[in-house]
Amino acid sequence: MDLRTPLGEEILELHAGDLVTLSGTVYTARDEAHLRMLKEGIPFPAGGAVIYHCGPVIKEGWILAAGPTTSARINPLTDPLIRMGVRGIIGKGGMDESVVQSLRGKGVYFAFTGGCAALAASRMTLSGVIWEDLGMAEAVWVIELDHLPLVVGIDAHGNDLFSRVRQTAEKRYRQLREKESSHPC
Amino acid sequence: MRDPAEPSLFQAIVRATVRAITEAEIQLPIDVQEALQRAGRTEKNPVARRELGNILENITLARRLQVPLCQDTGVIVCYVTLPPDVAYTPSLTAAIHEGVRQATERVPLRPNVVDPCSRRNTGPNTGGGLPAIHVKPGERFTLTVLPKGAGSENVSRSAMLLPSRKEDIRGFVLETMLAAGGKPCPPVILGVGIGSTFDGVAALAKEALLEPIDRMDEFEQSLCDAVNGLGIGPMGLGGDTTALAVKVTRGDCHTASLPVAVNVQCWASRRAMVIIDVGESDHSLATNRFKNLQEVR
Repeated sequence: MDLRTPLGEEILELHAGDLVTLSGTVYTARDEAHLRMLKEGIPFPAGGAVIYHCGPVIKEGWILAAGPTTSARINPLTDPLIRMGVRGIIGKGGMDESVVQSLRGKGVYFAFTGGCAALAASRMTLSGVIWEDLGMAEAVWVIELDHLPLVVGIDAHGNDLFSRVRQTAEKRYRQLREKESSHPC
Repeated sequence: MRDPAEPSLFQAIVRATVRAITEAEIQLPIDVQEALQRAGRTEKNPVARRELGNILENITLARRLQVPLCQDTGVIVCYVTLPPDVAYTPSLTAAIHEGVRQATERVPLRPNVVDPCSRRNTGPNTGGGLPAIHVKPGERFTLTVLPKGAGSENVSRSAMLLPSRKEDIRGFVLETMLAAGGKPCPPVILGVGIGSTFDGVAALAKEALLEPIDRMDEFEQSLCDAVNGLGIGPMGLGGDTTALAVKVTRGDCHTASLPVAVNVQCWASRRAMVIIDVGESDHSLATNRFKNLQEVR
């Protein structure tokens, strides 16, 4: 499915594990920008907005590298933004159960492939910056996406692909530990 | 006997350092590329196929645009072999530091090096103990760089196991990967050190990451199959491909010890080597096309 920002009710149709692309405006935000948003409010139209957990490398107005950062650091700072209307989050590694609950009926979490900084940059055009005083990595960069390939990691129905995979891995780990290895070191 | 303090040799080492880092950051070694391509062909999970497709496209784009593969350009770990006619003097370290500073400007690298307590950034990716430089005697003057990202380094572990329980090595490797989950940006490569001392085993695990991954012995293959059995998949989103390879390096140890370390490496397993010509001409050769580092050395 090809999605475009601002996101609306169509995201309620998405399910964890769906492959999508996203086009339109997104806003980068890491720890510092989140802390300021909680104090001063969201500095862009919040309704249907998408936040990208990313600290890009920008050189002379060009995006050189813009892979995702680990979303888990931002777990405790996310609920208020979803309440204010943010409908999409892009990051890597997934988020905790509190965010899964916050997203219920309201929004989705998209996983973008970690380390794919050059691919991300090739699907992006820089269109502005907010709170540049936070520094390159922490500022809010306004970016136009052109079909960024994403996976729905957490949907609006409480399904979390990351935790599903984790539970399977734990079960298989117990099975593997019970089996004797035929190849001692 | 040549001294790295001689201006011509000093500059050759600086240039070699810049070349090795540039090559490593932009282009993956051929064996890693091939392993990712193979995974892309054999992976059955559709989400995992999407992730591997993104990784392969990213590799192509980084090469075409001559930009780093990942925005975490890592901290630089260097392995140097010195031939008998080159002296090991402080100028060798100074020249490598200068090369890292120049590469930080030119590639560019993200300034990643900070004071551990104040967290103040040093700026050019150099500092006390970084880049890490390991020097050994060899037949040729070579410099190999291994830029190491934090996502995978942070989930690496070591343990002092019981000598009577060798079977726990496999359990420790599996446990390390289970705890790491999607955090180290899988598909990963696991460097496993077995033996040596408490400090030495971690070095063995990191050195295992220099080995080509296009072949594994039976023990390595069995560990790799077990890790893939966890089903963590690329980025922790599930799938058949959790590890591209497991490489093991061993060292002898105290009869009462069994040190084990697992150094986790992300899919962007970056390394490159430069052979430095110590003659007057500058015919240094940069390559990360090698299949077997030991052969080149």
